[in-house]
Amino acid sequence: MTVRLMQGNEAVGWGAIAAGCRFYAGYPITPSTEIAEMLSRELPKLGGIFIQMEDEIASLAACIGASAGGLKAMTATSGPGFSLMQEHIGYAAMAEVPCVIVNVQRLGPSTGQPTSPSQGDVMQARWGTHGDHPIIVLYPTSVPEAFELTVTAFNLAEKYRTPVILLMDEVVGHMRERFEAPPLEEVQVVDRMGTNVPPEWYKPFGDTIGDVPPMPSFGSGYRYHITGLYHDPMGYPTQRLDEINPWIERVQRKISNHLDDILMYQEENTEDANMVIVAYGATARSARHAMKLARQHRHHVGLVTLYTIWPFPEDVIQRIGRMARRVIVPEMNLGQLALEVERLVGRHKVIRVNRADGEMVSPQMILDAIEGR
Amino acid sequence: MAKNEHTAYAYLRTTKKFPNIWCAGCGIGIVMGALIRAIDRIGLDKDDVAVVSGIGCSGRMPVYLDFNTMHTTHGRALAFATGLKLAQPKLHVIVVMGDGDALAIGGNHFIHAARRNIDLTAIVINNAIYGMTGGQYSPTTPLDMRAATAPYGHVEPPFPICELSIAAGATFVARSTVYHAIELDKLIEKAIRKVGFSVVEAVSYCHTTYGRMNKLGSSVDMMRMLKDHSITLAVAEKMMPEERAMKIVRGVLHDVDKPDYLTLYQKVIERAQATIDGKEFLRAGPGGLE
Repeated sequence: MTVRLMQGNEAVGWGAIAAGCRFYAGYPITPSTEIAEMLSRELPKLGGIFIQMEDEIASLAACIGASAGGLKAMTATSGPGFSLMQEHIGYAAMAEVPCVIVNVQRLGPSTGQPTSPSQGDVMQARWGTHGDHPIIVLYPTSVPEAFELTVTAFNLAEKYRTPVILLMDEVVGHMRERFEAPPLEEVQVVDRMGTNVPPEWYKPFGDTIGDVPPMPSFGSGYRYHITGLYHDPMGYPTQRLDEINPWIERVQRKISNHLDDILMYQEENTEDANMVIVAYGATARSARHAMKLARQHRHHVGLVTLYTIWPFPEDVIQRIGRMARRVIVPEMNLGQLALEVERLVGRHKVIRVNRADGEMVSPQMILDAIEGR
Repeated sequence: MAKNEHTAYAYLRTTKKFPNIWCAGCGIGIVMGALIRAIDRIGLDKDDVAVVSGIGCSGRMPVYLDFNTMHTTHGRALAFATGLKLAQPKLHVIVVMGDGDALAIGGNHFIHAARRNIDLTAIVINNAIYGMTGGQYSPTTPLDMRAATAPYGHVEPPFPICELSIAAGATFVARSTVYHAIELDKLIEKAIRKVGFSVVEAVSYCHTTYGRMNKLGSSVDMMRMLKDHSITLAVAEKMMPEERAMKIVRGVLHDVDKPDYLTLYQKVIERAQATIDGKEFLRAGPGGLE
C-alpha cells in the first residue's frame, strides 16, 4: 500500500485508469483540466488513447464512438462544457452506450466563476437533456472517494449500459489529500456483458436475457445499428407504440430495479437524531464538522451523506423524514436537492442552508441552522 | 440477372423493412449504391466496415446497410467516427453527411477532422438545402436561390466543400454527381483506399423542396442539369476561371500523402511507454509512481 498526497482531479484520472478506461476525449476547461493533463500523460503508457477534441460536444461524441468500438471512455468538463454535452448525454442514454462524464463544477451560470466551487449543476445533471430517461449521478466528498467513485461510475456504466455522471466540487477537484493507492488487482472492475450467440440471433436492444442487453463492440462480427431515434430491439427506427413503450419501460427498469446496487449513502448518528443534515460533496464535510460541534452542545444531530444523488435515494430520505423533526439541507446553490428532500419529507420540516457566491457553506452556517439562529 | 444476385443485396439488411425513407427520384440512393459498389470492389469484409451518419435525409443511409452502423446526432458524425476509428483502427469508417449536417452545425468538426488527418472517408451529399425539415437554406445554397427560409432569395455565398476540405488539410478530395454514378463509385473507392482524411462531395439535388421552390422541374430535369452543368477536371483546366466558376468540376481535385493521426499517435504511445514510471504504474498501480 503506497500512501501519497493526491489531488482530487488526479484521483479521478487514476480511478479511470484502474477501472479500465482506455479512451479519453476532452476539451480544456477550468477547474477540470488536470484530469485531461494527467490522462494525456498516463493513457499512452497503457496503449490507450487521449485526444483533445475541438469542443465538448465532439468530446462526448468521440467517447460514445470509442465505447461502441469497445473501449471504456471518459470525458471531463465544467459547467459551460457540461451544458454543451447535454445532447450527447441523451444520445448515450438513448443508444445505451456506456460512458463516464465528469463535471467538476464551477460557479455558474454562463462563464460564472471558473475557479470557485458551486453545486449548481445538480438539477442539470438530472434533467439537462431533453426527454425522459434515467441517469446515474455520483458525488464524492474527498480525494479517496473521487478515486473510488470514478471506478464505480465506470462499473455502473458498463453494468447498466448507461452514461454515468460524476459530479464534483471544485474544492474536491483541486484539494490535495492523503490517498492510499490500492493495488490494481484489488480494484473491483466490471466489464460490459458480451455475447456468444450467433450474430443473426443477436438483438442489440432486446430483453431476452434481462433489462440490460449484451453489447459486443463494433468490428467483433456483430453488425448492428445504433441510433438516437426511438428504435426496436434490432436498433432500427420505429414509430410503433408497441416498440417505443417497451423500450421506455426497460430503460427505466434497468435502473429502478437495481437501486440497491446503485444507491450509495452513509448515515452517521442518525439512530438518536431528531435533526438530520442531508448533504453531498464538499458540503458534507462542513456538515460533518457542524454535526460534531452540535453534538458537543448536546443537540441530537445526524448526517446522511449522499454519494449517489441520482436516482434520488427516496427510501432513506423518507425514513429520515419520519424520524427527524428537522431536516437540514446545506448546498452551494440556491436550493436544488432540497427540492427533492422537501418532496419526500414535507416542506415544513426542511431548513435550507444555501450560498451560491463561490464560497463554501461553512460549518457555522449549518450550526446556526441547527440552533435556530 | 435474378433480383437477389444484384451486388447490392449482399450488403443490404434483410431484417430492415424496405422501402426506404427517401422521396422517389432522390439522389441519396444512388450514393448508397455507389458506396456499396466501391466496398464490393475493394472486397472489404462487412465486419470491417462502419458507416456513421448524422441527421437529415442522408443520415438515414446506414440503417439499410449491413455493416457496423451508427446514426448519430446532427453535425457530429465525424466526432463519433473519430472515437470509433481510434478505438477500432481496423475498421474502415465511412461517414455519410448532408451539406447542412457537415458544414453548418458540423462545420467545426469537419475542418478539425480534416486538420487532424484522421483516417476516415467523408461523403458529403450536397443537395444545397435542408431536405428533411422542408427546404430551408443551407451553407451550400447558391446566391439568389429560394428556400423555405429565403422566400426573397438567398443572400449568403455558399461554402465550396472541396476547397474548404483541401484548405483544412484533407489528403484526398474528389467531387462527382449522382448523375455520374459509375464515376462516383470509382471516386469513393479511391477515397476508402486512401489512408488519411478523404472527402467525396456527391453533388445531388432535392426536387421535392429546392427544385419546387426554384421551379427547376422534376428529379429527371434536375438530374439533366447535373449532366449539363458538370465537367471533368481535364476540361475545366482548359477553361477561363470565370467560365469554370459556373460549372461543377468532377474528378480527383486533391491527392497528397502524409501520415494520418493514428500513425502519429502510435509514436506518442511508444514515447510514453519508453518512460520508466509507465512500467512502474503497470506493476504497482497509482501509488507506484512514488
